[in-house]
Amino acid sequence: MEANVEAQPAIRVQAPVVPEPKEGASAAAQHELKMAARDVNLWYGEKQALFDVNLEMFDSSVTALIGPSGCGKSTFLRCLDRMNDVIDGCRVQGDIRLDGEDIYAPRVDPVQLRARVGMVFQKPNPFPKSIFENVAYGPRIHGLCKTKAEYAEIVEKSLTRAGLWDEVKDRLDESGTGLSGGQQQRLCIARAISVNPEVLLMDEPCSALDPIATAKIETLMDELRKSLCIVIVTHSMQQAARVSQRTAFFHLGKLVEVDGTSKIFTNPTDVRTQDYVTGRFG
Amino acid sequence: MSDAQAIGPAATDSWGSDQARRRVRRRYAADRRLQAYGIIAIALAVGLLGVLITSLIRTGYPAFIQTKVELPIYIDPAKVDPQDPGSGKYRALVREAVDKAVPGIPDDQKRSIGKILSSDAAYIVRDYVVIHPDVIGKTITLPIAVSDPYDQLYKGVIPKEMDALNWTQVRWFERLKNRGLVVEHDGRKSLKLDVYVNPKFVEAGPPPSGDFAVLAQSSLKAYLPRIIDTSLGEMLAEDAPEAIGARVAADPAIIGKTVQIFFPLSPHYATLAKGETPKVLNSRFSEDQLKAFDLLDEKGLLRTPFNWELFFNADSRFPERAGLAGAITGSFYALLVCFLLSFPIGIAAAVYLEEFAPKNRFTDLIEVNINNLAAVPSVVFGLLGLAVFLGFFGLPRSAPLVGGMVLSLMTLPTIIITTRAALKAVPPSIREAALGVGASKHQVMMHHVLPLALPGILTGTIIGMAQALGETAPLLLIGMNAFIPSVENMGILEPATSLPTQIFSWADSPERGFVSRTSAAILVLLGFLVIMNIIAITLRQMFQRKW
Repeated sequence: MEANVEAQPAIRVQAPVVPEPKEGASAAAQHELKMAARDVNLWYGEKQALFDVNLEMFDSSVTALIGPSGCGKSTFLRCLDRMNDVIDGCRVQGDIRLDGEDIYAPRVDPVQLRARVGMVFQKPNPFPKSIFENVAYGPRIHGLCKTKAEYAEIVEKSLTRAGLWDEVKDRLDESGTGLSGGQQQRLCIARAISVNPEVLLMDEPCSALDPIATAKIETLMDELRKSLCIVIVTHSMQQAARVSQRTAFFHLGKLVEVDGTSKIFTNPTDVRTQDYVTGRFG
Repeated sequence: MSDAQAIGPAATDSWGSDQARRRVRRRYAADRRLQAYGIIAIALAVGLLGVLITSLIRTGYPAFIQTKVELPIYIDPAKVDPQDPGSGKYRALVREAVDKAVPGIPDDQKRSIGKILSSDAAYIVRDYVVIHPDVIGKTITLPIAVSDPYDQLYKGVIPKEMDALNWTQVRWFERLKNRGLVVEHDGRKSLKLDVYVNPKFVEAGPPPSGDFAVLAQSSLKAYLPRIIDTSLGEMLAEDAPEAIGARVAADPAIIGKTVQIFFPLSPHYATLAKGETPKVLNSRFSEDQLKAFDLLDEKGLLRTPFNWELFFNADSRFPERAGLAGAITGSFYALLVCFLLSFPIGIAAAVYLEEFAPKNRFTDLIEVNINNLAAVPSVVFGLLGLAVFLGFFGLPRSAPLVGGMVLSLMTLPTIIITTRAALKAVPPSIREAALGVGASKHQVMMHHVLPLALPGILTGTIIGMAQALGETAPLLLIGMNAFIPSVENMGILEPATSLPTQIFSWADSPERGFVSRTSAAILVLLGFLVIMNIIAITLRQMFQRKW
């Protein structure tokens, strides 16, 4: 049943994603700088996980972080909304700026920061509450709405942007955990964008999904990037090639190379990048 | 390469070889054995539980019914002042009523016959009249509990008659009988014993005199050496020593010789010699009372209704009037205090330790200590409560407040440990999701983690409470085993008792009625535990959410 429902639009969405030519590094640079990391070092206790990472992320574009497992790309991503703060013994050094403002400055409240920098996780993790409540939760805790109608509006808008509205509009009271995996992940995206974040971090958002659901998410990302800065961690190089404008290759905690996606995949500077994207290791 | 070949099975050792087949058989046998051990263990546990419950029900069920007399009582206005019904001569009223129901009792026996009824009979009537003052001057029919021995008799728990001889006494007799010493002599069952007529004790007379009784006893003892029980002497009839006197009178020459003398047996042993079992009336009854009791039964005045008083009466010295209301109220107050203290404190402690506390030596120490506290014997907590709550803070003794505080000391570790386990079991993805949309730590806890952990927390709490409900030792130490004859003045600061301590003190009481009441109280306690566990399961299922 579920597979059928998803299968039909999946055929449609395939077309725009795959053949779209990627813009070069210069094209990405047209966009405004949104986030910038400078000399970021990170330790888990005694063990250093990131070494002098410098990376710029631009508005209205998708930056993909690739690299073998354990290379620090997820760790870096979690620095961007200070999710590492909750991990015991994690220490971050360096400078990460959102719109030129240091997000690790003492006066920055991580809770408010996370409202501006949303996050979607590897495994779909809707709250065990109704679909409506899942999406309305963010606005509720930030006090964005006052009346029920405003909540309803924001829920509809977010679900529509996440491409889920048509599928769930008749069952908003049902539990979010009752949806299929792909729907759950789109629900999580709707939840993340319901508070109007400026940056959306996605940590392998499709690794638990089948190809059809993956295609839907990818289309969605393409749609969302018009108004957002998206940073995605992915293990699928095809996915990075399909959805991102810029790609950063991480290896052993170091940022090896960052450039326009087409450049990384066709003509990388570093031999390690070349080995990785051609599948020689990793 | 050659090493590897030596280690691995030879190519010829295929799956079909004998060795391989034996290995498979052995593996299956081991699997079956493991399963059998489990089944045996479960069967054993269920069997023992069954035995426990069966024995409790068997001893406890008589306590759930109570023998009562439907006694018509004339509330004589001359004896009860309508202005002050509380202080009438109710004892006299009851005695008159018994007199009317069982007419023709001689005056000197009236007191004794009155003992068929509960000693509380006058108070039962008084309490009724105080509530219904309009019955003064009328005749009312009030079911009045009969006293414990007659209650037990009517329910068939104890017999009217008991064996007169115990089994050792019967065995002595068997030994004599097997030696052919029990004979019929002069129409009486007698013992044929050799007696050395010791000149030191016996003088020829006439009339012959001497310590015949000692002589008779010592010659009987000679047949049953090494028995020091003095009740052996009761085997001979009271007139038995006279047989010696009669022989000496007949033939004084036997002094200084050993002769055969026939001693008549005492009535109980004579009955035994006839092949019957000698019986005596149970010492708790008297013939007159039994006659009156049978008369009441014939008149159809005896009833055995369900014993609601077991639940609605407080404790009493008289088993027929004793109930559990005081114990249930006391347990309820103590558990209430225990819950109000340990639930919030336990959850707060667990949340802090699990979510906020830094991991260092100090928190490690706290954690180890909490785990150790769960294993501390409850009597130690009782001593602590006695020393600190009563001794240092001077809180009232025997009060449910202190009982609840002591119980909460015991329950806290359980609640903290289960709460922490429940918090740990909430998947980290839910926390991340909440943090990711910008929830604060407090919001993550209150909106997501605690609600998801709630079923586990509630289960742990109720199990802790159930444990506290059954706890006896700490309550005994702080004196929460007071004698509470009325629930009217109970409060968390008043002396009280609790279910387990009530069971303890009933189990200590000598009256027969308390034996079945003890079992019944245990059943009631188990009933409450079952109810609490059902609540725990229901709550868990109600709040359980899938993710």
